[in-house]
Amino acid sequence: MAESGQFLIDGKPTPFRAGQTIMQAAAEAGHYIPHLCYRPEFPPHGSCKLCSVKANGRFTSACFEPVTEGMKVESETDEIQGYRKRVVQMLFAEGNHYCAFCEKSGNCQLQAVAYHLGMEDTHYAHQYPQRKLDASHPDAMIDHDRCILCELCVRASRDLDRKEVFGVAGRGLQARLVVNSPSGLLGDSNFALTDAAAHVCPVGAILPKRQAFTTPIGMRRYDKHDIGEESSLTPIADKGE
Amino acid sequence: MPQSSSLERVLTRISARYRDEPYQLLQMLRAVQASYSHVPQSAMQFLARHLGVPLSQVQGVVEFYAFLHETPRGRYDVRFSDNITDQMLGSRGLCERLCQHLELTPGQPRADGKVTVDYTSCTGMSDQGPAALVNGLAVTRLDVGRIDEMADLIDAGIALEAWPRDWFAVRDHIRRSGPMLDLQMAPGAALEAAVARGASSTLAELARSGLRGRGGAGYLTAHKWRFCLEAPGMERFIVCNADEGEPGTFKDRVLLTRYADALFEGMALAGFVVGAREGFLYLRGEYEYLLPHLESVLERRREEGLLGGNLLGSRVGFDISIHLGAGAYICGEESALIESLEGKRGQARVRPPFPAIRGYADKPTVVNNVQTFIQAAQISAMGSAWFAEQGTEKSRGTVLLSISGDVARRGVYEYPFGVTVKEVLADCGAGAVQAIQIGGPSGHLIGAADFERRIAFEDLPTTGSLMVFDWSRDVVGVVQNFSRFFQHESCGFCTPCRVGTTVLRQLIDKVASGHASAADLDELEACGMVTRSLSHCGLGQTAPNPVLDGLKRFRPVLEAKLLGGTDGPGFDLDAELSEARKISDESLKEGQHG
Ligand SMILES: Cc1cc2nc3c(=O)[nH]c(=O)nc-3n(C[C@H](O)[C@H](O)[C@H](O)COP(=O)(O)O)c2cc1C
Ligand code: SF4
Ligand code: SF4
Ligand code: FES
Repeated sequence: MAESGQFLIDGKPTPFRAGQTIMQAAAEAGHYIPHLCYRPEFPPHGSCKLCSVKANGRFTSACFEPVTEGMKVESETDEIQGYRKRVVQMLFAEGNHYCAFCEKSGNCQLQAVAYHLGMEDTHYAHQYPQRKLDASHPDAMIDHDRCILCELCVRASRDLDRKEVFGVAGRGLQARLVVNSPSGLLGDSNFALTDAAAHVCPVGAILPKRQAFTTPIGMRRYDKHDIGEESSLTPIADKGE
Repeated sequence: MPQSSSLERVLTRISARYRDEPYQLLQMLRAVQASYSHVPQSAMQFLARHLGVPLSQVQGVVEFYAFLHETPRGRYDVRFSDNITDQMLGSRGLCERLCQHLELTPGQPRADGKVTVDYTSCTGMSDQGPAALVNGLAVTRLDVGRIDEMADLIDAGIALEAWPRDWFAVRDHIRRSGPMLDLQMAPGAALEAAVARGASSTLAELARSGLRGRGGAGYLTAHKWRFCLEAPGMERFIVCNADEGEPGTFKDRVLLTRYADALFEGMALAGFVVGAREGFLYLRGEYEYLLPHLESVLERRREEGLLGGNLLGSRVGFDISIHLGAGAYICGEESALIESLEGKRGQARVRPPFPAIRGYADKPTVVNNVQTFIQAAQISAMGSAWFAEQGTEKSRGTVLLSISGDVARRGVYEYPFGVTVKEVLADCGAGAVQAIQIGGPSGHLIGAADFERRIAFEDLPTTGSLMVFDWSRDVVGVVQNFSRFFQHESCGFCTPCRVGTTVLRQLIDKVASGHASAADLDELEACGMVTRSLSHCGLGQTAPNPVLDGLKRFRPVLEAKLLGGTDGPGFDLDAELSEARKISDESLKEGQHG
């Protein structure tokens, strides 16, 4: 196999190296593809489906689809952007997201990508799930209402922290994040604020305590620029607020 | 709740039976469920510690599978198959009757802990429904008489072994046979032919036959085996997909009953060709009643030298073990099936890599359908020409159809690929057909306009399920049943399926109850397209098919249910206001009194 080659993103010739995914090659070329469950530290997961593209006419996920020579990738077509918006709306309708009083507001990638895609309403009927807040840990809390099941915390805790603090249980709409402790509470686990898992949540589900408004609303990451300007894939360490 | 020390003794024994192997977690949890009518929290904690797996994983598995429960079920656990074909035979009424007799609500154990009555996805008995599972064992051909007697047996606490044997009888119902079902193959014939020919010539023979997978996707079997053969790695595995979860399908059930020898031979053949020493049969939990039969065939074959350490007296070894599922349609998807074999939640993996490259235990793995293995064995014994004689250019051989619904003769039919729907309908005694669902809910809903079409991979592909609906049936009810099925079975991993199947179900419920507007039909279509296009695996990608086919081919039927017709406002002003009027009326009355 050739070491490198060229493919097309929305008609634009883009270089790639053998073994790269569409997401990786696009990012290197400065091309933003929306994503929530992907981060460069981890193998692709493929659950949020925000990175959906058409590759040679077939729908797939940019985060895990390997690039091939001459591949024609459609990303910012009306059709695909429209579908991505629907996916974000599904995530909003499925959980309980009250951005107005969420302390992650402005630093939240779900909110940011919603703005990016021009979302104006949630479109789908709200499901209003009943989920309990877990404030048992001295330094962090989990607001399950906002969890989008990206499993970044699951992977960070397993692969980087070597702790396996998180897991997923249930199925279908009942799928839910669970904590690996006898009581199921974060306070009874060996989770620590220094864990990588404490800093990967793209939304306001895992939050450090007592830091809510150190950066005022209006001065936050996505208050300053559109998430689409962040084409490069920033590792956890640099992504903090 | 069992005493902790006795619980631990039992769990230690269960775990030991499965060699304390974390991959066997699902099998262990099934055993715990059977012993205690649930999986107590304390058992989850013990197994997590004992096996060294995170408690969250054990919890995750228990919550994933429909046949595992965190809270106690009744000692008699009755689940009515809720496929549309069971409903058409009166299953809902029978379930309600049983609940009345036993004085309980579906899904909740009776206060004395004796019995639970519930619904479950299709149990694979559409040819002899209404069907149910009692403590995991299939009971068929339910009727009012059986239900009344069942209530008495349960109330009297009669053990299942003493229930009428006939209730547990499962008939094969082979209505039309062809070369595949007619072939009498002596045990060992396929393997001997393969050994004589050599592994690579056998693979070439398989390639010449043009055999395509019978589990749905229709992938060329020889290609799959070759990928596995050529994948780097020392160890390889063979997996037979006997999950048969597609509602309305039951041909694999019949094959497992009658052709188990040929199946195991096909698996051993695959092992011989790709160089695998171990195989698994993933048997859907609903077919637990087949376990003793299948185990006895395996045992006999070991004695005959057709399995085990020295296959056919050679130094090559191949053996097969059986894993049971626990109520999850998604586990029929090959990568989810592998996760389940590894004792995990059945979630589809990211592909590539495909199982042939990285499957069970991350090793190259061949996953094939029951029928595919049987046909591979037959091809080895009879040659590719024998097989390829029938069928079409792109779909060689014959197809097995599981036919149910409004027909005179439900059962399994074998046809050469390329047969028209019309011919099939005539043979099985279907009159006044309004619609058929071909390939199960994940396949297609078609009407008379498509009955001249041919059943073949290139025209109407099928997993074998063919459900027939005559003009007395409500197509919206059919679409609703299938949409509920998908919502229930979505694994919840990816957004468009997890949320999309719920949206679709809520909208089709709205249509069925007569509260929908034309805008809701548009939304059904739009949401169906999102879910079909973006979902992670085949389940989500096909889940909108019933809705989208309904809109495409039966639109007037759906429109007839709309509130105020196709131009209506989508709400009924009087109904919306009735609550408020009632309240204001009452307060007016109160005011008059006061
Ligand atoms: C949701 C879902 C359920 C499936 N269920 C089954 C099944 O019950 N049996 C089966 O053989 N294949 C099933 N499949 C297809 C398998 O993924 C796989 O393609 C098949 O087992 C390969 O075998 P074959 O090549 O012999 O057909 C299912 C696929 C999906 C997406
Ligand atoms: S808590 Fe956050 S990081 Fe973890 S799965 Fe939920 S959204 Fe993802
Ligand atoms: S499509 Fe459905 S079943 Fe498949 S991974 Fe997504 S949620 Fe799970
Ligand atoms: S970023 Fe690709 S599916 Fe989530």
